[in-house]
Order: sequence, then C-alpha cells, then structure tokens
Amino acid sequence: MVGIITYGAYIPKYRIKTEEIARVWGGDGPAIARGLGVYEKSLPDMDEDTITIAVEAARAALARRSIDPQDIGAIYVGSESHPYAVKPSAVTVGEAIMATPIMTAADYEFACKAGTAAIQTTMGLTKSNMIKYGLAIGADIAQGEPGDALEYTAAAGGVAFVIGNDSPIADINLTASYSSDTPDFWRREGLPFPRHGGRFTGEPGYFKHILAGSHLMFEKAGTKASDYDYAIFHQPNAKFAQNVAKTLGFTPEQIKPGLCVPYLGNTYSGASIIGLAATLDIAKPGDRIFVTSYGSGAGSDSFDITVTDMIESEEFCRDAAPTVEQLLATKKIVDYAVYAKHKGKIVVMR
Amino acid sequence: MSVPRFWREQQNRYNLIGTHCTTCNTYYYPPRILCPKCRREGKVVEHQFKGTGTVVTYSIIRSASDQFNDLTPYVIAIIELDEGTRLTSQVICEIDEMYIGMPVKRVFRRLGEDGESGPIFYGTKFVPA
Amino acid sequence: MRDVAVIGIGCTKFGELWDKSFRTLFIEAGEMAISDAGLSGDQIDEIFIGNMSAGRFVGQEHVGALIADYSGLATNNIPATRVEAACASGGLAFRQAFTSVASGMADIVVAAGAEKMNDVGTEETTDVLAAAADREWEGIAGVTFPGLYAMIARDYMNKYGLTREQLAAVAVKNHDNGLHNPIAQFPTKITIEGVMSSSLVADPIRLLDCSPVTDGAAAVILCPLERAHEFTDTPIQVLASTQASATIALHDRQDISTLDATVAAGNRAFKMSGLERSDIDFVEVHDCFTIAELCAIEDLGFCKKGEAGKLTEEGETARHGKIPVNTSGGLKSCGHPVGATGVKQIYEVVLQLRGEAGKRQIDAEIGMTHNVGGTGATVVCNILGRA
Repeated sequence: MVGIITYGAYIPKYRIKTEEIARVWGGDGPAIARGLGVYEKSLPDMDEDTITIAVEAARAALARRSIDPQDIGAIYVGSESHPYAVKPSAVTVGEAIMATPIMTAADYEFACKAGTAAIQTTMGLTKSNMIKYGLAIGADIAQGEPGDALEYTAAAGGVAFVIGNDSPIADINLTASYSSDTPDFWRREGLPFPRHGGRFTGEPGYFKHILAGSHLMFEKAGTKASDYDYAIFHQPNAKFAQNVAKTLGFTPEQIKPGLCVPYLGNTYSGASIIGLAATLDIAKPGDRIFVTSYGSGAGSDSFDITVTDMIESEEFCRDAAPTVEQLLATKKIVDYAVYAKHKGKIVVMR
Repeated sequence: MSVPRFWREQQNRYNLIGTHCTTCNTYYYPPRILCPKCRREGKVVEHQFKGTGTVVTYSIIRSASDQFNDLTPYVIAIIELDEGTRLTSQVICEIDEMYIGMPVKRVFRRLGEDGESGPIFYGTKFVPA
Repeated sequence: MRDVAVIGIGCTKFGELWDKSFRTLFIEAGEMAISDAGLSGDQIDEIFIGNMSAGRFVGQEHVGALIADYSGLATNNIPATRVEAACASGGLAFRQAFTSVASGMADIVVAAGAEKMNDVGTEETTDVLAAAADREWEGIAGVTFPGLYAMIARDYMNKYGLTREQLAAVAVKNHDNGLHNPIAQFPTKITIEGVMSSSLVADPIRLLDCSPVTDGAAAVILCPLERAHEFTDTPIQVLASTQASATIALHDRQDISTLDATVAAGNRAFKMSGLERSDIDFVEVHDCFTIAELCAIEDLGFCKKGEAGKLTEEGETARHGKIPVNTSGGLKSCGHPVGATGVKQIYEVVLQLRGEAGKRQIDAEIGMTHNVGGTGATVVCNILGRA
C-alpha cells in the first residue's frame, strides 16, 4: 500500500517569545499568549530560507532510511515563502540530495496546506507506478507583517515525507479533500506580507473546511474520532486546533503529541505535517492517525494513516535524525531587534 | 559572483563533492583535477565527503565586506574533514562556543546572493557536531 | 649574470591622499627616483610597475602603458609592464627589473609600485583585498584578510603560547619607528594597552594589529653595478633577489602558521648572496598584521619558530636590538599601499645603507626585504648591501 517511506523535520534554532513581540507593539503579552496558546515561535537564521529548511528536512528523512535518491522520481515543495517567485525550490532540493536529473519537480502554493497537496500528488504518482518514490515537502519562513496579529505566530520550519509503495513505515489508507473559493487570507504578487479577513478566517475559513473535510474522511473510512490513536489538525494557533478537535470528538490526549504550535508557532505549509512528524516520532506499529490540514483560500486535506511494523524495523532508524521534540528543545531566545534583523525587517539601503 | 561561475561548482558546494587521487590515496576538497603529489601519474576521481570534520583554527569576523556585513559577527574556520583534506567555511554557532579541535558537521545554507534581485547562492557551512 | 645596483630612489608620502590620483602618485615617486639618480628620462630603457588592483580601486587596467604615457616616456616607446602578485606586486616589480638588468636585456630600469586605495569605501577595499586569497574557496565563505591572518594568529597562539601582549608589542615597536619616518601614514606613538583595547576586527586581531588602507607610490632605478658610479656616489648593490610560491589558500598549507614561501624565498636569498643570517644588519618584513611580522622573522630564520614574540617583547627587533625589524615603521605605521609596499621596502633599505634615514638611522651595511602576497602564496626577498 502507498504510504510514508521515511520522514524528517527541521526547525531553525532561534525563538522569540510572544510577550517580547507584544512588548514592542504595546499588547498585553501574557493575555495574547494565553489567548493564542502560543508562547514562542521559531525564526530563521540570517542564512536560512525555505530552500535550506526544505533541504535539511529532506536530508533528515534520507538519514533515517537508506534509499537511493536516484529512485526519487518527483519532488514537490509546498510553501508560501519560496525564495524565488520564478525558479523552483524543488530542483535545488533535488540537487542537494542528489536526486537530479531524472525526476519531475514543481513548487506548490496553497497557503498552509501546500505540503499536504504535495503528499497527495506523490501518492498518486507512486500508486500509479509512474515513479518509485516521491518527495513531498512543506516548509516556510512564514511572513507576518510587523504589528499584525499574524506576527505573533508566523514561524519557520519544514518537514519532508518520502512517499512510496515499498514497505512504508505508515500506510496512508485514504485521503479526502474539501475546497472552495474563500478569500480569508491572501498575499498579492510582489508584496512582502499577507493580509487576512480577521475573524472571517475562523468560521467560514478554518472551521468550515476542516470540519467538512474531516467529516468527509469519517464517511469515506467509516470511522469516528475514537477509532484513532492520534489526530493532527492545522494549527495556526493552539485554540483553533483544540476547538476543532473537540467538535469532532477527539480528546486532548489524542492531539497532544501533534500539537506543536505552542512553542513553535505556525510554520504555514509545514504546520499540520510537522505535527504528523512529531506524532510519528512516538508512534507504534498499529497506531491509527487522523490528519486534516487547512490552507486559506481555502481547502483542507484529510488523511487516514496506519503505522506499520516497519517503523520499528532495522530498515528504518528513527534516531538517525532529530525528533520534533528535540528540534524544539534546541533553541536560542532572541529579542525583537535580533528577530527584526533575521527576518529582514530592518531595511538597509545599499 | 556570476551565475555560470557559481553553477559550475554547484554540486561541489551543495554536496561536498571533491576529488580523490587513487594513485597516492589523497583526498581533495576543494576539488583538484591535478594531484600535486602525482601530477600526470595521478588518477583523480570524484569523491563525496561525509561532511564531518574538526576545527583547525578559526576567527570571528567583526568587519566584513558588504556582502557579509549583515552576518557579523560570524565565525570562519579552517576545517579538516575526516578524510584528511582541509577547507575554509563559516561555522554556525554561538561565538563563545568555538574552540580549536571542535567536531563539526555539514549543513545546507545560503552562501550569499547577488543583490536582492539576483540569484541566491546555496552551499555547505558547518555546525558543531 | 651581471651585478646590479640601485642608483635612485623615490617615495611619496603615504596616507589618505585625497587630492592625488593614481597616476599623479606614480609620477611623483618616479620623478623623485629619476632626479635622485641624476638621470634624464631618455636614458630609461624599461619600466616595471607593481600594482595589485587599479582595476577595482580606480577602474583602470593597462597600467603599464598609462604610466609610460604620463611619465612622458611613451614618445620613446619603451616597454612598460605591470606585474601583479597581490601585496607582493611591488617586490615582484623590483625582481623583474633586477632580472632585466642582470640578464643584460636592459641597462637603466625603473621598478615602481603604486596603489590608490582610498577612492573606494572600506567594504569595497575589504572585498578587493580578499581577492588576494582564493576567491572561489576562501572568499565565498566570507573570509576577510584580517580573518585569514587571525586564523594564523589563533593557530600560532595555540601552538606556541604567544601572548596578546607580545603581539601588541610588534605594533608598538613599529609605531616607534614610524614616528621618525616623514613619509609614514601614522607617525603616532601607541601603547600595548592601546592595541589591546582597540576594536576587534577579526578575533584575535584588533584594529591596531592591522596595517592601514593607504595611498602611495614608490620607485627605484636599477642599473648594472659597473655603470652605477656614472650616476651616484653611493650605489647600493642587489646581492640577492628571490621569489617563491605556495598554495593560494591558507587551508592548504602544511602548517597554518608557517609561510612556506617565506622559508623558500629566504633560503634562496641567502644562497644567492652567499650570506648568513648573522650578516644581515636589519630587515624590512611584511607586517600587514602583527602576527605576520612574527612569522616572517621566524620563517626567514632569524630565530626559532615560536620565539619571535619573546624577541620582540625584549626589544631585540627594535632599532638598537639584535636584529632591527621594520625601521621604516613597517606596513603598520608607515602604511600599506599594497602595490607600492615592496618597492618602499627597498627605498627604506637604501636610505639606511646610504646613511640618509635621519632620526631612525641605524648602523648597517646589509639589509633585507621580505614582501608577501596574499597569505603567503607569493613571497619576494631581496638582500642589498653597500657597493
């Protein structure tokens, strides 16, 4: 069956506290942090971007399982912060893991769900035997305008999944998607920061699509929340994910391993699937995992996943790359000035 | 740096592809196509380095050229790869962590860019192992 | 091979010479040398000019022809050649002039060096100088020249226990010498504490460990020794002129804090002249950074590896020490217009040997120069003595 052959994550080591951002903009730090359920967010180093994050995640995936990179027939990188507007991130990743040149590649954008769209595409290509393995990546150095609510959560990180049919560590039993034209959040061509519809992003955007997509999956699979060991939802903040989980009947314990946002922030295209990676970090054979991503604009992709015996086999070495928990623990807190420099928010005229 | 100048050595920089003289068993990174020990007798083949090594010496740059100004202070070091050849690279770490003999491993980073509208150059830097 | 002598010398003031252009600087130094030798321009057979990067500093290549033209020698159609070996360009120009005269190809030859560095900003200068190292494999990592020498210093300190104070003593001593040199860019007294509290440029190298960015030019005239008395009563003979190469990148050196090319060029110079280290009365070495002077003293064989710091601290490299080093003030105090430095070193040695060094005059019959390109990829050594 088609599934996850291996996976790897990467999170830059720098963090800024929600309270520090609030200090600069005159917000009530502790209240904002509590309200969002987000206390720290990651930010990239001066020489990191979506491509370097994607490469590190892909290399982590390949470190865990010895597969020939030349067998990777497709690479899709989902992000809303590709370093180039025109010139694919995916080929730089391909070159950096020595998967080029016999492969297809493209960059994806669907707000925060471009990573799961990449997984679905590679599922199709591998299931139809067009390629042996596909590499699907969600990575971002998320943009949030200084002073905007997004700034409290927009974070940096990424995750890579190798998808294939050849003894996966986790079978992807089913996938289901729900899409509509809903302008809750966007970034116009050539502009540095996204804009959003404020509270409109909630009910008609996030909740409608995640709930509809998740119900679609329940129907397709003939399951209910209690049939799963773990669940992961797109997490722009902790509150949204907790609410949607509760509405669908999942317990706080089921979503706990995959709820990374409180000390990571929203890594946009990486957000839901870093949660999946964190869950795979601790999963055992037989565990069933429910995932629903969300991308503004808008749409959701759901997955029904069953962890296989391969995850504990000699062929797969979880310890060969850092877990999400380890990546989150490796951190350096910076102040707003350093954050602004790292994010290119200090404009130097040369 | 011009596009062709960088592109030509992209694989070397991305994946630490150097060379190996099989005649005298010497490794070269940066790559050499002529082995200085064997010269024309040398048989030089491509070799991918593992990407682990040790700091031989280092400095912390406080005053840099325009291209690197935003990074200051940053660490540059001469690193001896485990295979025995040496190269010059930035080491990404806290500046007070540095010491001679520090074990390091490769990471993928931006090396620079040709201005805001120009190409971005990627390649290998090192972090404490 | 014919014996060769220096019969005329000239050097501009070193410094930030805002009102002087590249060509003006050269002409000034050239005229001084020609008039010092009592020559007419028509007697000159050939010019060699050392220049590192007029192309980047002032946007001018084809420097040989430019100099011949503005010296008024283009009408004679004499050969004029620019030579380049980064900061050793001047030394190289001198050696080219020497070989030209020694071989009998030419009789009266000008060896000059010039650099106009202050027409661009500091960041640009840093980038231009970084081109003296391996641009593809050192420069791309963001190394700077102080950074490369800082890595030498770190390695040296680690191996030999050199102290920060000993390193600072090099700068203090050179400024003491520069104080008495009218062409010096920074004829100022500095202290050990001052060096050690100056700002970090590339740890452990601080601002006062570095030679400055300088505009300046120097020129000397060479001719066959047998003709020297036609022009001067005090000809200075070139007893040796040697050059050596080493790896362009510092990381490829066998020993990071030994400049193999200095060892090779030095040994060749002693062999060529038939002299011993003990015959040398003083030496002008390439102290682009304080650590470079210590390495030079050792690699030329004036003391064992690891001992130059102590030697300096004890005053043995001062003007009245056992082996005076950089009586001119060196690159550190006198200034370092990169292409001119190698020729300025000859200028200083000739002044000392003629007894024209004023307040910094020492008692000397034989002097040596040591000029480095990059981190030691090119080294030129010369030994000169009273004829």
